[in-house]
Amino acid sequence: MGGALYRQSAQRRWAALALLAGLTVLPLLLQAVGHEFYVSFVSRLLIFALAATSLNFVVGFGGMIAFGHAAFFGAGAYTVAILMENGISSALVAWPLAIAVAALLALGIGLVSLRTRGVYFIMITLAFAQMIYYLFISLKAWGGDDGLSLASRSTLGSLPLSNDAVFYWVVLACLAATLLLLDRITHARFGRVLQAIRENESRMEALGYPVHSYKLLCFVIGGALAGLAGALIANHGQLASPSLLQWTQSGTLLVMVIVGGVGALYGGVVGAATLLLLEEVLSHFTHHWHAALGLALLFVVFRAPHGIAPWFHRRFSRSKKNEAPRE
Amino acid sequence: MTQLILEQALNGLQFGLMLFLLAAGLTLVFGIMDMINLAHGSLYMVGAYLAAAAVAASGSFVVGVLLAVAGTAVLGALLEMTVLRRLYTRDHLSQVLATFALILIANEAVRMVWGDQPALLNPPDALSGPVELGGFSYPAFRLLIIAVGTVVALLLYWVVACTRVGMWVRAGASNREMTEALGINVKRLFTLVFAAGAGLCALAGAMLGPLLAVQVGMGESILILAFVVIVIGGIGSIRGALVGSLLVGVVDTLGRALLPWLLRSFLPGEVAANLGPALAAILIYLLMAAVLFWRPAGLFPARG
Amino acid sequence: MRLAAVVSAVAATLAVSLPLGTSAHAADKVKVGFLSTLSGPGAGLGVDIRDGFQLGVKHLNGKLGNLPAEVLVADDQQKPDVAKQEAEKLLKREKVDFMTGIVFSNLMLAVGPQAFDAKTYYISANAGPSQYAGEQCNPFFFNVAWQNDNLHEAMGKYVQDKGFRNVVIVTPNYPGGKDAVSGFKRFYQGKSEEVYTKLGQLDYAAELAQIRATKPDALFFFLPGGMGINFVKQFVAAGLSRDIQLFAPGFSADEDVIKAVGAPMLGMFNSSHWAHDFNNPENKRFVADFEKEYGRLPSLYASQGYDAAMLIDAAVRDVKGKLDDKEVLRKALEAKRFKSVRGDFKFNNNHYPVQNYVLRVISKDVQGRVTNKTMSTTFSNHADAYANQCKMK
Repeated sequence: MGGALYRQSAQRRWAALALLAGLTVLPLLLQAVGHEFYVSFVSRLLIFALAATSLNFVVGFGGMIAFGHAAFFGAGAYTVAILMENGISSALVAWPLAIAVAALLALGIGLVSLRTRGVYFIMITLAFAQMIYYLFISLKAWGGDDGLSLASRSTLGSLPLSNDAVFYWVVLACLAATLLLLDRITHARFGRVLQAIRENESRMEALGYPVHSYKLLCFVIGGALAGLAGALIANHGQLASPSLLQWTQSGTLLVMVIVGGVGALYGGVVGAATLLLLEEVLSHFTHHWHAALGLALLFVVFRAPHGIAPWFHRRFSRSKKNEAPRE
Repeated sequence: MTQLILEQALNGLQFGLMLFLLAAGLTLVFGIMDMINLAHGSLYMVGAYLAAAAVAASGSFVVGVLLAVAGTAVLGALLEMTVLRRLYTRDHLSQVLATFALILIANEAVRMVWGDQPALLNPPDALSGPVELGGFSYPAFRLLIIAVGTVVALLLYWVVACTRVGMWVRAGASNREMTEALGINVKRLFTLVFAAGAGLCALAGAMLGPLLAVQVGMGESILILAFVVIVIGGIGSIRGALVGSLLVGVVDTLGRALLPWLLRSFLPGEVAANLGPALAAILIYLLMAAVLFWRPAGLFPARG
Repeated sequence: MRLAAVVSAVAATLAVSLPLGTSAHAADKVKVGFLSTLSGPGAGLGVDIRDGFQLGVKHLNGKLGNLPAEVLVADDQQKPDVAKQEAEKLLKREKVDFMTGIVFSNLMLAVGPQAFDAKTYYISANAGPSQYAGEQCNPFFFNVAWQNDNLHEAMGKYVQDKGFRNVVIVTPNYPGGKDAVSGFKRFYQGKSEEVYTKLGQLDYAAELAQIRATKPDALFFFLPGGMGINFVKQFVAAGLSRDIQLFAPGFSADEDVIKAVGAPMLGMFNSSHWAHDFNNPENKRFVADFEKEYGRLPSLYASQGYDAAMLIDAAVRDVKGKLDDKEVLRKALEAKRFKSVRGDFKFNNNHYPVQNYVLRVISKDVQGRVTNKTMSTTFSNHADAYANQCKMK
């Protein structure tokens, strides 16, 4: 059992490294064939992968169905834009601040929301996100409906972030670091307790674990990472748009998580990639690609109910005759 | 000033009653079947489009609206029997994903049939002007909405509170397994409730269509408000939905008119005009957060 | 496994996009990125501009400046973030030679810098924000329509001349709305109260209740597209039309609004730089063919789209298809060697038109249709108020 597990995790590590290497050289390949546009496209994909991964941590490991993740995503974006508006363009200042603002926001919202559970938790997180959304579209000083444009991308030492390929590598590094961090967390004591809480909350409470604090910390970590994704997306399009804060954005992130696989480490990445690639490919073929996307999602619900990443994972494990499929 | 408040209170009542038509179906589906249906707003949209098409074809507003209500109810029943029925036993996340997919499909289907531009739906000519209400004029069509909303709300309340079907529905909302054990065909009951909810959506869409725009995406913006209503009222409770609707409608509308006016007394005009609507929009979410904070299962919890 | 999936997905994406090709030396055809609002309540405007533009290309036998024209149409959904994404696709993936089509000024201000960075000429067929007329004027920006303030200035003058002194101004809270208020108040001197609505708002119950309480003697509203349609209907339904005179720029009183509202619009005065009854050969052909092609009368938006196509055609013809020399191309655009359907106009130093503005009234024409009739000229050779802040020569 232990040997199998070890072998499997070694394989996973090799697969992850190969994927990382492939993604690292991707901009060079794209430039070689004259498709620089897709460097920017894949950057956007990776940023959404980061945002979805942060939500997956809350939903999949914390067991909290949060329907207001856009609040933290948008908060990160607006923090960078507002700082830039006030002359602070250094990424080393702005990005950590974006993370901090999103984390603080998550702390406040989490403190109140975690009093409720189930459907009511879904709704109260939505309510808070909507409040933030309406606040931002009304504040004309911060762009109102139009959002806040960034004069340029953040500055990061001597790295020319305005170059799409360089920016892409920075995004990739952020995503890789996040995945590594979450992998560590979920395998550490904190992560194991969290998953135990997800499976049986009252038992963990009876065992004397401070369940509320664990869940709150998980919620805050998820919010903070969404803040980082927000800082990146603001830089990507050089715009902090209120649509980042809208409930449909929370919904899209949630859909990415479900499609990719709730609670799977790469669930957010796979979900974001699936959705955005489908969008890009389908929109080439038909003006009505939304309908095709809808049908694809229905297919996922009824055919791959645990998402695409676990579906791959299961097939992968089964072929190696290892563990029984996770259920 | 009193006139302004009175007019806004009527507007709030009008909006609240329409919200109730949407929330009634949503709260029953949510309460009885424990199912999150994001596509509820799509039925509202489809109903409005059907109404616009039927009014244009028949030349009569009443006939058009009735056709739209019937058509959407049938569509709702079909949807329940083909897709949604298979989701009742699934977790909330699967329901969110599946009904989100239905939104995408519905929006695109409407776009294929009616195009990207909003469809035209006018109130009947006889009601396009104002009526005198003891010293001030009020749009006749908005009065009609209030009348229709009140009648439907009373009717629905009577059905749910006083009839046998209503008893089953209430029983289903508070304890599904027990209801099944009592030998009630819950499957058919679900389809019926869903069709009725869809019909009410269409009615709301047809009545609000002339005031707003009949366009793709109209369902999403109002869906969230309907969710706010049923969460405030308590999921599964018709009484809660009614109280929640009126509360949200009046708070939202009065807030929109009074907050800018209040703010203007101590802030410059443009700032007040900016902040007012935002604060008013936030008001209902604040209300919801507050209700959930002190009464985590809403004002009138249906499950005992 | 997963790697293979991602790689194959990326490869699929590339394979799909390959046939689109790259065209760095586009001397064999002219690619125009037409990005406009084609869905939602603002869609009527974008559709009119698109139809006008495409009629122009059709009149030119599918060519612009003797080169085959390829018009790539995209929808901005009236959202800044969508507009920026679509613009990036048009500029970076499709590498278009010209961009045009944006209706709303907030979107124009969002997309403008992208086009300017890519050194691609933006020919605005509608949005004319004051920002791009003044200090932020740009060599790569041309407007064939008007500066946002202009039509409102014309109405401000008329309302002032008619002796109204207590006016409520209703406008959406966005750059175009701000320009509307400053334009109107530049010529109207009386008392005014501004009511700002949300851009895209459709239910005006609260605003109408407020207006009823204010009791003005005239109301000037700038609500383009579906917003204006709903506002006029609800204004009439609330019984306010009996005590308050309604005024609007041509945007809120053109064919799109008239078609939806009908008789209640009769007698409404409005301003424009163009009308379908202008008596010149270009306009007669444009109006007749537009009606034949689309089965409706053109609006001012359609005329602007048509003129945008004509401007591009004339400039490309001038430079003999050499689109890479941006300096020469700019000179050709500035020269404006085409006959506009509005009659004559020329470009100011800020690339905005200097032209006449007229007063129109909505009335029944000889066929009994409710439509606009030109009354008189309000301004002759009128320039915008920002040109002197623009440092371009």
